[in-house]
Amino acid sequence: MPTIRSIEELKNLRKEAQKVKEMRNQTGKIQVIVGMGTIGIASGARETLKAILNFIEEKQLADIILRQTGDLGFTGQDPVVKVIFPDEHEVVYGKVNPDQARKIMQEHVIDGDVVQELLIRE
Amino acid sequence: MAYYRSTILVSMDPICVDKGAVQVKEELIAELKSQNLLDEVQLIDTPRLGEPETEGPDILVYPEGSHYIALTPESVRLIVQEHFVKGRQLDHYTAKMRDLADDEVRPPKDKEIRIILEHIGNNDPRNVNDYIATDGYQALAKVLTEMTQDEVIQMILDSKLRGRGGAGFPTGLKWRFAHQAPGSQKYMVCNADEGDPGAFMNRKVLECDPHAVIEGMAIGAYAIGANQGYVYCRAEYPIAVSTLNIAIQQAREYGLLGENILGTGFSFDMEVRMGAGAFVCGEETALIASIEGNRGEPRVRPPFPATKGLWGMPTNINNVETYATVPKIIHNGLDWYTSMGTEKSKGTKTFALAGDVVNTGLIEVPFGTTLREIIFEIGGGIKNGKAYKAVQTGGPMGGCLPEKYLDLAVDYETLGAAGSIMGSGGMIVMDEETCMVDIARFFMEFTQEESCGKCIPCRVGTRRILEILERICAGEGKASDIPMLRMLCKEIIQDSLCGLGQGAPNPVISTLEHFLDEYEEHIFEHRCRAKVCRNLIKFEISAENCTGCTVCARNCPVSAISGERKLTHVIDQDICIKCGICQQVCNFDAVMVN
Repeated sequence: MPTIRSIEELKNLRKEAQKVKEMRNQTGKIQVIVGMGTIGIASGARETLKAILNFIEEKQLADIILRQTGDLGFTGQDPVVKVIFPDEHEVVYGKVNPDQARKIMQEHVIDGDVVQELLIRE
Repeated sequence: MAYYRSTILVSMDPICVDKGAVQVKEELIAELKSQNLLDEVQLIDTPRLGEPETEGPDILVYPEGSHYIALTPESVRLIVQEHFVKGRQLDHYTAKMRDLADDEVRPPKDKEIRIILEHIGNNDPRNVNDYIATDGYQALAKVLTEMTQDEVIQMILDSKLRGRGGAGFPTGLKWRFAHQAPGSQKYMVCNADEGDPGAFMNRKVLECDPHAVIEGMAIGAYAIGANQGYVYCRAEYPIAVSTLNIAIQQAREYGLLGENILGTGFSFDMEVRMGAGAFVCGEETALIASIEGNRGEPRVRPPFPATKGLWGMPTNINNVETYATVPKIIHNGLDWYTSMGTEKSKGTKTFALAGDVVNTGLIEVPFGTTLREIIFEIGGGIKNGKAYKAVQTGGPMGGCLPEKYLDLAVDYETLGAAGSIMGSGGMIVMDEETCMVDIARFFMEFTQEESCGKCIPCRVGTRRILEILERICAGEGKASDIPMLRMLCKEIIQDSLCGLGQGAPNPVISTLEHFLDEYEEHIFEHRCRAKVCRNLIKFEISAENCTGCTVCARNCPVSAISGERKLTHVIDQDICIKCGICQQVCNFDAVMVN
């Protein structure tokens, strides 16, 4: 742990710590769910999940719940990523590789535009 | 700071540890490591999740909220495979989610205001970042950069914060004395030698919010000009000691303790000293002697510790709760703090509800809350629908307050006027089946055993009182006992050296005042109305209920019960040792106590 040398540093640390705590406290608003059935994992869902995880960490996003689930039932479309905004219907993306996952995170989750070319179902 | 997608809470309850929680955790780490998941999943130790007896070792996985129970290293491997790799929840190991309740601290009730207990259960005590996230160390930063020593002391004085250890001495005044005392070296001491039976608020604060105490001590140290602090914690609190040590270490790593804190030039460090089990070491001069490595015996005051304390240097001693309150006052301001409480006692106080009350555990209410609100609204009333008899406040040095005091608005003054004390905040509620003579005897047994023996009034006096009370409970009381008790109590209070002796007679005095009829019944009628004192009761079998099943006769350890099958049994009173086993084993409620 680095030494805190001023109040500003302490305040910055507080902001960071609050974000980490919020994640744990399940107060997130947007859910991102990765299908991690056997086929999903075989098709690279792990890497997709990791890419999303890294993206959240890089951009310091606070109000997102990243979850994993079993097979989402879209045969031949794995890895599948589902994005759910509160009070909106689910958006499901198929064949999401790590680069595309970052794209979904940036364009859909942050900017709010659905990534049409990866869409399976809206 | 790392971002985790999932958090696992591992229950480290002593029972879970006994059932292999440590091995489960090791296996969990090993398996997560082999699946390359350790950087995605965070592990946190937590005191208790479910029912450790039936469900331990158990873990709780967030954000899903799956509660996996009765784990073994084998089942952990499967859970990692399925839950964390494949994302399938395993119903086989999960318990039905229910309201997980910490029976030491329940969710707050309407009348409660939680300030000291605010973060308990929400913050991870072993992670300083959690404390910082909830405005931790902001007050220290404010004090060090914006306030002078006098301003800090004045603010604490104005807040009317009073010592939470029991005596209620104004904290600001104590700090002022220590600040003004001449001396190149000054010390800050935290009294965490919580010995009152049934009270555990200090333990809970140290276990769950240790940084609040550290921050409060650092603020006080700045105000009086100390650079070294000690927390004197009783050895019976190993978890409190270990969390506190972790917290001190983390604060040091952040530079919140040690040299040149926050670049302001102020230096303060602290360490934990453990007690050796003596109750009297909660008295400040005895505590100082114990830290110095001497025998924990109190000495005459003055000189007070503020002028001549630890190693002869000016020393400030406050209770855990007092220190934990200080950062909140400074961070939230005077108006906020003084808006709670009564004229002379501001803010809130934690109480440990124990005894015959439905919701036992820690509560926190503003001063001025009535006993009725505390016991019947927050505490949920008396167990099993029985009637209220008395509440004993303030630990073994407190008095018993009967029903007429139920509407007493609790603060330091009102409790004192009613013949009891605030103490550390223990509240033992007693129902109608409690014998008040027996209660007085119980507390006197405690203080008699804990008397350090340095001064005669306390050493011999408590012994004499105990002997008289034991005699009364045994049905051998004499008419002269009551005036004798009164005289002894008066002398002990007058002549004892420290608070232990001065407070020891309180349970006897208050029961003599409010429950004199019970004493008289014991002495003159040889009757114990609560049916507690063994020598004054007898067990009898009612012919109406007895079915002659012979269970009582078979279980009697002294073969005092005789009778044929299917015929009413009889207890031979000459042989009976009044152990009460027959009453416990009888399935037909046929054994009566008279």
